[in-house]
Amino acid sequence: MAHATTDTALAGSYGAAAAAAAKTPGYWGGVWRKLRRDPVTVVCMAVVLLIVLAAIFAPFVAPNDPYATSMTRRLKPIGTDGHLLGTDELGRDMLSRLIYGGRISLFTGLTPVFLATLIGGGLGLLAGYFGGLVNTAVMRTMDVFYAFPSVLLAVAISGALGAGLLNVLIALTVVFIPPICRIAESVTTQIRTEDYVDAARATGASTPRIIGTHILPNVLGPVFIYASSLISVSIVVASGLAFLGLGVSPPQADWGLMLNTLRQAIYIAPVNAVVPGVMIFITSMCFNMMSDGLRSAMDVKD
Amino acid sequence: MHDTSQAATLPIADDTRDRGGPMQPLLIVEDLKKHFPIGGGFLRKAPSVVRAVDGVSFHVDKGRTLGIVGESGCGKSTTARLLTHLIPPDAGSIVFDGDPVGPYGGITVADLRKQMQMVFQDSYSSLNPRLPIVDSIAFGPKAHGTPTRKARADAEELLGLVGLNPRQFARRYPHQLSGGQRQRVNIARALAMKPRLVVLDEAVSALDKSVEAQVLNLLARLKEQFSLTYIFISHDLNVVQYISDRVLVMYLGEVVEIGDVDDLYSAPSHPYTQALLSSRPSMDPARRRIAPPLTGDPPNPVNPPSGCRFRTRCPLAEPICAARAPELAALPDRPGQSVACHARGVGTGHSLSPAA
Ligand SMILES: Nc1ncnc2c1ncn2[C@@H]1O[C@H](COP(=O)(O)OP(=O)(O)O)[C@@H](O)[C@H]1O
Ligand SMILES: [Mg+2]
Repeated sequence: MAHATTDTALAGSYGAAAAAAAKTPGYWGGVWRKLRRDPVTVVCMAVVLLIVLAAIFAPFVAPNDPYATSMTRRLKPIGTDGHLLGTDELGRDMLSRLIYGGRISLFTGLTPVFLATLIGGGLGLLAGYFGGLVNTAVMRTMDVFYAFPSVLLAVAISGALGAGLLNVLIALTVVFIPPICRIAESVTTQIRTEDYVDAARATGASTPRIIGTHILPNVLGPVFIYASSLISVSIVVASGLAFLGLGVSPPQADWGLMLNTLRQAIYIAPVNAVVPGVMIFITSMCFNMMSDGLRSAMDVKD
Repeated sequence: MHDTSQAATLPIADDTRDRGGPMQPLLIVEDLKKHFPIGGGFLRKAPSVVRAVDGVSFHVDKGRTLGIVGESGCGKSTTARLLTHLIPPDAGSIVFDGDPVGPYGGITVADLRKQMQMVFQDSYSSLNPRLPIVDSIAFGPKAHGTPTRKARADAEELLGLVGLNPRQFARRYPHQLSGGQRQRVNIARALAMKPRLVVLDEAVSALDKSVEAQVLNLLARLKEQFSLTYIFISHDLNVVQYISDRVLVMYLGEVVEIGDVDDLYSAPSHPYTQALLSSRPSMDPARRRIAPPLTGDPPNPVNPPSGCRFRTRCPLAEPICAARAPELAALPDRPGQSVACHARGVGTGHSLSPAA
């Protein structure tokens, strides 16, 4: 065996070649940098930010009282003096109602996804890490929910629980838990077999520490990407439930509910009737494209 | 040239923990078994098992290197993972420096893990892609209560010891390193736990020949510096010969031969060892072809042959080989070398069995 090379020969090899890559930002720093360079994502972020800010500061931003009805000013077209986006079937200012409606619509869009990410992600992580019976118990339970189409399930649950905002949140959370759980489980199961997890186990570190350092950060990415794509679904389904009368009740402003009440006027003032739908479309599209941007920013190695 | 000054500051890992004295083997493994169930499912009993490790026994003396060789799939990695209890053994006992490992007296698995570390073949999969390498190295000590700052400083020192300039490499991510550099990091990570025994599972097998030589030299130097004991697993007979003091040959989950490296390589006794050694490319034509080379694949470990598992590929197979499994026994003329073969044992009923 002629292993004559001494390992000190290596000392020279790391001298000059690698000096360039001295400072490297953290992984998430890199993701953020790539997101900022993606024009589509930046535009979507700006639009979402605008809608969110408008919703938060609705009392200051909205030009009119969203609940003030007027029998004489019903279904005014877009561009009417004092009503930039026209008025609805009760003469209320559309723009003001859309701004106020963002509060409920965004809330019902984001909250279930957030809760489902916590619960479903946590369950999937545990199922994936511990495998065996834990996995079987968790995943077979999820399969039961999976058997139904998600919209149908949401309608069924809110129907059973009764109308109301809280019940919509519960219904949507229950609907989103299984798919998020499944993603978290499959990613965890795969990472669980990586040698670095075995190496960590071989140090005798505690299970929570191993999960926190080596599993969670690697599972979070794919789960985030998936969850962010659910936000648009959540907004649309929540609006749909409101449209069906299962969500918030009139006279509250909600994009889905507005779509519902305006549908009677679809032949008289089609443009007005469509405006809340456009709002839902724009918002969910923005979240969808931000999710795509996040996916590609996190995808690339280096 | 880059580490001698730092070497003195790290404590040499021995003395106080050396409970059994120099004559006590550091590791004694007795009848280790792991059968993986396959084809089973929820609420259904698995119809069959892979006999990945099926009654392996050996010991490793302090400060020595035991090489483990065998074809792919013979159970080398499973053995390594059983030793570190990354997978629980189905049967068998492990005695570390005189202390049996297990719940009944002796030392716990946690105690064992503090003294035994592992280096894996796949240098990339062995490192968390989201963690700067210094944090990968510092993870173990931190988990055992070393303050972050101290653990990081130690990790940087170790990087220097394995030949990576910490100022350049500490904050890098695994994908920014070459395979050889990553394997150095993995070695540093193992050393961070101040182990007494390091199990190296194909640790250099994925490296280029020149890098492999450098890492082997590094391993030899670290072994001296930290009074380490190695279990070195590889399918590469040349590398095993270079680094090992003793060599264990595995076939289908069993030990077929074990002996001192020079004896075993110059006078292999088991037909499988002979075939393995003769099939490797040799520079010296005179030493080639001691035995016919191996043909075909090893049989399926789910359903191994009866009796001696090698008999289906063995030129010396006789009816006794199918009837009874040979025991691992010392050769009559060479007590340091043990072999499991009816043709070599005394009074086995094989036509080649030596007279008593
Ligand atoms: N987790 C597992 N489940 C089922 N079979 C396994 C598992 N791990 C290893 N095996 C099987 O056990 C045998 C030994 O594998 P391994 O120890 O990896 O061999 P080696 O490292 O010598 O190549 C192989 O047949 C392999 O397919
Ligand atoms: Mg292997």
